Amino acid sequence: MIPEIGHFALILALFVALALGTLGVIGGQQGRADWMALARPGAQALWMLAVISFGCLTYAFFTNDFSVSYVAQHSNTKLPDIYRIAGVWGGHEGSLLLWFVMLCSWMMAVSLFSRQLPDVMVCRVLAVLALIAVGFLLFMLITSNPFTRLSDIPAEGRDLNPMLQDPGLVFHPPMLYMGYVGMAVPFAFSIAALLNGRLDAAWARWTRPWATAAWICLTIGIAMGSWWAYYVLGWGGWWFWDPVENASFLPWLVGSALIHSLAVTEKRGLFRSWTIMLSIIGFSLSLLGTFLVRSGVLTSVHAFATDPKRGVFILLFLAVVVGGSLTLFAARSGKVRSGGAFALVSRETFLLVNNVLLTTAAAAVLLGTLYPLIVDALNLGKLSVGPPYFNSVFGPIMLPVLFFMVVGSFARWKNDSVAELSKKLRPVAILSVLLGCAAPLLAGSWSWLVALSLTLVFWIVLSSFQQIYRQLKDTVNWKATPMSYWGMHVAHIGIAICVVGITMVKAYETEKDVRMAIGDTVEVAGYTFRLTSISEVPGPNYNADRGIVELIKNGKVLRTLAPEKRTYFSSSMPMTETAIDSNLLRDVYVALGERLEDGANPAWAIRVYHKPFVVWIWGGCLLMAIGGAMAALDKRYRRKAAAAAPTRAKGVAA
Amino acid sequence: MKTKALIPLGLFAVLVVFLAIGLTRDPREIPSPLIGKPAPLFTAPRLQLPDQQFSAKDMLGKVWILNTWASWCVACRQEHPILMEFAKTKTLPVIGLDYKDQNAEGLKWLARFGDPYDLSITDRDGRIGIDFGVYGVPESFLIDKAGVIRYKQIGPVTEEALRDKILPLVAELQK
Repeated sequence: MIPEIGHFALILALFVALALGTLGVIGGQQGRADWMALARPGAQALWMLAVISFGCLTYAFFTNDFSVSYVAQHSNTKLPDIYRIAGVWGGHEGSLLLWFVMLCSWMMAVSLFSRQLPDVMVCRVLAVLALIAVGFLLFMLITSNPFTRLSDIPAEGRDLNPMLQDPGLVFHPPMLYMGYVGMAVPFAFSIAALLNGRLDAAWARWTRPWATAAWICLTIGIAMGSWWAYYVLGWGGWWFWDPVENASFLPWLVGSALIHSLAVTEKRGLFRSWTIMLSIIGFSLSLLGTFLVRSGVLTSVHAFATDPKRGVFILLFLAVVVGGSLTLFAARSGKVRSGGAFALVSRETFLLVNNVLLTTAAAAVLLGTLYPLIVDALNLGKLSVGPPYFNSVFGPIMLPVLFFMVVGSFARWKNDSVAELSKKLRPVAILSVLLGCAAPLLAGSWSWLVALSLTLVFWIVLSSFQQIYRQLKDTVNWKATPMSYWGMHVAHIGIAICVVGITMVKAYETEKDVRMAIGDTVEVAGYTFRLTSISEVPGPNYNADRGIVELIKNGKVLRTLAPEKRTYFSSSMPMTETAIDSNLLRDVYVALGERLEDGANPAWAIRVYHKPFVVWIWGGCLLMAIGGAMAALDKRYRRKAAAAAPTRAKGVAA
Repeated sequence: MKTKALIPLGLFAVLVVFLAIGLTRDPREIPSPLIGKPAPLFTAPRLQLPDQQFSAKDMLGKVWILNTWASWCVACRQEHPILMEFAKTKTLPVIGLDYKDQNAEGLKWLARFGDPYDLSITDRDGRIGIDFGVYGVPESFLIDKAGVIRYKQIGPVTEEALRDKILPLVAELQK
């Protein structure tokens, strides 16, 4: 009964979304206030239906209702409770449902936090989002219904993929989906503006907090995924340039460009077409990511359950949504006129340079990701593109971004002079070069690349501190400084912190792959590891071999680490549980490999890593997200009710 | 409408075409370098009669299929009914290679789901699998009278693959 309610809620949601989408678009074009008034309650009803449906599926998981095919395939009575809830999105159908719930949650948020916006804008935004929801609902109901019943009810479920049985599953996918789907909101604002024919500073101001919010979720989601991969896969890597990782990284790169380009559009009324284009591309890349993950056109560690038939549907959907919005863009962009001019040396220029660089980086990553597919489609053979391509292409594009980031934040809008800028920047520049070149010496060995990266890190951090200091000291009432200003500096420092982690790990990590018997020791980066025992430990739905490894420095045992090799009852593939001792300066990381010898004196393959500063990578991402949150929560996005009133009158007239 | 504004749409259209072609391909399908080459000449103990050895040489002069399977392999269950039907037609001998499996488990699996094989051999440590370049189970190799590999099926043998690729090739090779 409960699964049927969930299924019925989805069908009902389809009709609500259809009504909201069509009435909203038509009502908005014809200026029908009665139809437009449906937008907010419609979005809220849709959210309720989504939550009901999601609740029903969760209930089916929690009560081990194996008559539901999806539950039977992704759960098991022995599965711990927490994974029985998180397992809801452990497979294809449930992931789609989560996608849909997230989309409705964004719609709900737009309907609640949009009092300062004209009704026609809210109505169009919600209508566009509802039409996207229609696509996903059709996808679910036609090809991947999570509530399909089995006539032949199994006594036991197949169990969740062991790779997913990790706390990472609880947080990473919802956060990442929140970010993916969140890109739909700035997209909807852009489509609404194109329908409206008006792209002005007010539109940019309304869009900014939403674009930033989506970017924050993406940032956290990607960082969590990276951390998860780091500790669960046992390869010691934190980024693999896997197609699915790239799929999440692409909207992030474009989203980063978008939030900066929106700033220019808001403050100066410039780059309007470019901003619209970025928001369309950002969401298109989210959809493309969904296509790549769900259709299995590329080989990936994430391809858990792929089906080309589903790919056809997403591809059609992608073609309709992106093709439609690009056509609308082509039809309307002629009307968009850029206001105001700006000099070659100005904040606008530097922001534009970074925008172009970020977009180029995204294009390079996209090309690398799709290259195997393109080559195969042209019958030129099979190949795969891996880290060597991405590292050599991505780094050189991103290094100038780090440089111009600072210049842009120092430069004045509209017009600045090279002489004045260099006067302001010279002390920071000299100091960062000195520190950047000296720092690698402390770490042991000097290399150009490390010195360059660290110079840029000091460049960003020192200049942010200098600006914060100036702001506090020179401004008459520094408390009146908008929150977004501090947010910007926090986020920029976050980038620097992240770069420290990436640079240090890449340059100074050490790893050893050794054969160890009980009592053997191995030495890595001044630490001694001694394998003291290996025993069998039963888990709820697996058996584990657990090694006990002592971590010794200078003859003292710091702590014991307990890496495991788990064999889940439901799968033949053994899973590695790494043991990590982590602090701010370094991680030591032990992973248990294959058993090499049985018998009286068993020996194991053991991998040991020493990774300096690795947590800085994720710490930096967290700071970026905090900075983003500070910017998105700036008061001025909420205080505009009075100022928006005249625009509203104009909006209806147009 | 400015023509410049149509550029993104054009680029996107090209992308969609490539993605559509991509959908018709299987990225895991890597052409085997062994096709057209003589099959590795191996000998291995039989699953049901472990003290008897099977040698690939015994099959010279016959067109036959080597199908890798294992009791732990989920996709093999999907393929299994098709092999069972195929075995009834007695078109050609199908030899099973029980890959990286425990003998007892393998025997239990055959007892439970049925045995479509003329005989099965064991490859506990996966050495024969390495010779054949097996990196996933199931995989099937069609070998001709001269002992040359003519076709490789990656993943389960499907009805379509059997009807459209394997059987026409078998008919030709058996002439």
